[in-house]
Amino acid sequence: MRAAALGEPRRVTSLVGGRLLPTDGREPTSWSTHVERYGPLPSLRGRERSLLAAVEQSGLTGRGGAGFPTAIKLATVAGGRSPVVVANGTEGEPASAKDKALIRANPHLVLDGVLAAAAVVGAREAVVAISRGSKCVATLQAALRQRPPGRPNILVAAVPERFVAGEESALVHWLNGRDAKPTFTPPRPFEKGVGGRRTLVQNVETLANLGLIARYGADWFRTAGTPAEPGTVLVTARGAVGRQRVVEIELGTTLSEVAELCGGLVEPMQAVLVGGYFGGWIRPDLDLPLTQAALRPLGASLGARTIALLPASVCGLAETARVARYMAGESAGQCGPCLFGLPAVAAALETIALGLPGAAAALNRLPQLSAQIARRGACAHPDGTLRFVESALDVFADEVDLHVVGRCSATRGEPVLPVHSSGEWR
Amino acid sequence: MSGVLGSSPAVWYLMRASGVVTLLLLSGVFALGVATTNRQQLGRLPRFVTAALHRNISLLAVVFLGIHVATALVDPYAQVSATSVVVPFVGAGKPLWIGLGAVSLDLVAALTVTSLLRRHLGQRAWKGIHWLAYLSWPVALAHGLGVGSDTNALWLRALTAGCVVLVGSAVVSRLRSVGGPAKQLEPRGDPVLVHAPGATRRTRRLAGERAAA
Amino acid sequence: MSDHLRVNPILCDAYGHCAELLPELIRLDEWGYPIVDAGPIPDELAKDARRAVASCPRLALLIEQRRGTEAA
Repeated sequence: MRAAALGEPRRVTSLVGGRLLPTDGREPTSWSTHVERYGPLPSLRGRERSLLAAVEQSGLTGRGGAGFPTAIKLATVAGGRSPVVVANGTEGEPASAKDKALIRANPHLVLDGVLAAAAVVGAREAVVAISRGSKCVATLQAALRQRPPGRPNILVAAVPERFVAGEESALVHWLNGRDAKPTFTPPRPFEKGVGGRRTLVQNVETLANLGLIARYGADWFRTAGTPAEPGTVLVTARGAVGRQRVVEIELGTTLSEVAELCGGLVEPMQAVLVGGYFGGWIRPDLDLPLTQAALRPLGASLGARTIALLPASVCGLAETARVARYMAGESAGQCGPCLFGLPAVAAALETIALGLPGAAAALNRLPQLSAQIARRGACAHPDGTLRFVESALDVFADEVDLHVVGRCSATRGEPVLPVHSSGEWR
Repeated sequence: MSGVLGSSPAVWYLMRASGVVTLLLLSGVFALGVATTNRQQLGRLPRFVTAALHRNISLLAVVFLGIHVATALVDPYAQVSATSVVVPFVGAGKPLWIGLGAVSLDLVAALTVTSLLRRHLGQRAWKGIHWLAYLSWPVALAHGLGVGSDTNALWLRALTAGCVVLVGSAVVSRLRSVGGPAKQLEPRGDPVLVHAPGATRRTRRLAGERAAA
Repeated sequence: MSDHLRVNPILCDAYGHCAELLPELIRLDEWGYPIVDAGPIPDELAKDARRAVASCPRLALLIEQRRGTEAA
């Protein structure tokens, strides 16, 4: 295995000299530039076991939100009759842009990861799933044309743009020709997925890392990050920063360092939403290192790897209510507690956010609703939304006190957190 | 099989009586089926009773249907062969009306078998076949009206009218409830609402109040 | 290993028969959907539990075998 062609990773890995994001993020890296930069992907024939061992040793975990150890997933799917690899780049989280940024800038590294995963599990077919209507579709198709033909056979699939469409069982359901809605588990995709076969569903960033481990090994991978959480991650930074962008950082980088990379904090912030709309609000602490270990005691987790720094001038409750209403609308509508519970939660939040007379009653209603919704859906959508809402009520408690008497401390009304949905399921 | 037993008028009467009872029971099953799907309660009985009655009375109807078919086969005057009982429109006497009876029997058999094996069939296949119930009743009714020779008897006409009214009102009730229960409706969250400018304006107004205070 | 009740929330359509047949272990939320006690089914309720499973119009109620501390 070649030594790293990238030089020693610095303490904070910005776009310049990043592992996953090349120096110039604007145009997709061509095949020849890609091979020049990273070196060719070594032949994996006969070395599948040692690659799996390297992945295990590297401590690579899923970069899609759940953070599941990649080696375990690979080992479970391997040995099936004819498994399928699905690269999940759908990124249904509106606040997150990192998967699209990765695919747009570095499609070949993602495809290398697909090849490596396919070699380990013994798959001859692979799908790269991305959101319909995104530029990534064309980028990937162009990249595939540049590559030499061979196994596995890689297809590009344009998935409906819905929040839950990227959930692994929903994605598999759609690939099987049905709606992009989650299914009842068990069986999970690794047991029975596309066409009834064992399916490895892995985030595109995880696969890109796999493409690097296949070249440079586990020890190299561990030179970044912390011993417990090695490697780099892509995060999307939004809100009170000079430039909202996707940056690559080592795990363990602090919030203030992330803000620096994004043009600095341009206005005072009141709270940070970590992990997207299944994530949690936390009180602003610029020295907070971004690791699961540091976030978990605060009731948060890296999740979809979005960091939204909420300006102090905006109403956190209004933002939360908008997102809650969006999440209610993104329910697949299959399970009663989610279908009926989330709109009720959104309505209660709207009452509070607007400071209407019923705000105090709405505040009491929320725990009642929560108790009836938690863990009663087929997927994590209702639970993730509840976690987001409950963290808001905790972190914005002072603001809630104001709203209950019809006041609000915000001075600006522009929305900060993005929401958009195509409304399609097929 | 027909001989001493077959030439007795008792068999003939049993065949016709069991036919009438089958039609009555099927009408009740129809109404109970609609009531089940509409989540109706019968009086103050729990809803599972409605469903259980539907299932149990349908099995009772199958028993009477069995007696009706068996006696028809035995009775020589009915001119029903074993084939014409299940294959429609091949019988010797009154092929049309007996054929309709065969169709109805086939449909009821399909409904019964699929319902007993429902767990293995899956919801979609079961439901697809169960829709045939809406067809099986009018076919049974037509068979009864066409094949009988004493349909002019007042009591029989009154019974038939009662069945028609019962089933008719069940159909109306079913048509009225189409479009929901629950999950057939679109979820009420409307993502477009999120961009409603009103929300942000109100917030600004509230902010203005705070600033003024 | 013990038997536990579980609802398939996708199939469930809020008929409510299960809660009528097994009120000791199943109650309904404000929208009519079942909240199921996920603990081991007591022996004296085993027959009622099987009856509740058989009577679900959508076949949404299941009995799963689990080790005592496993979650669904």
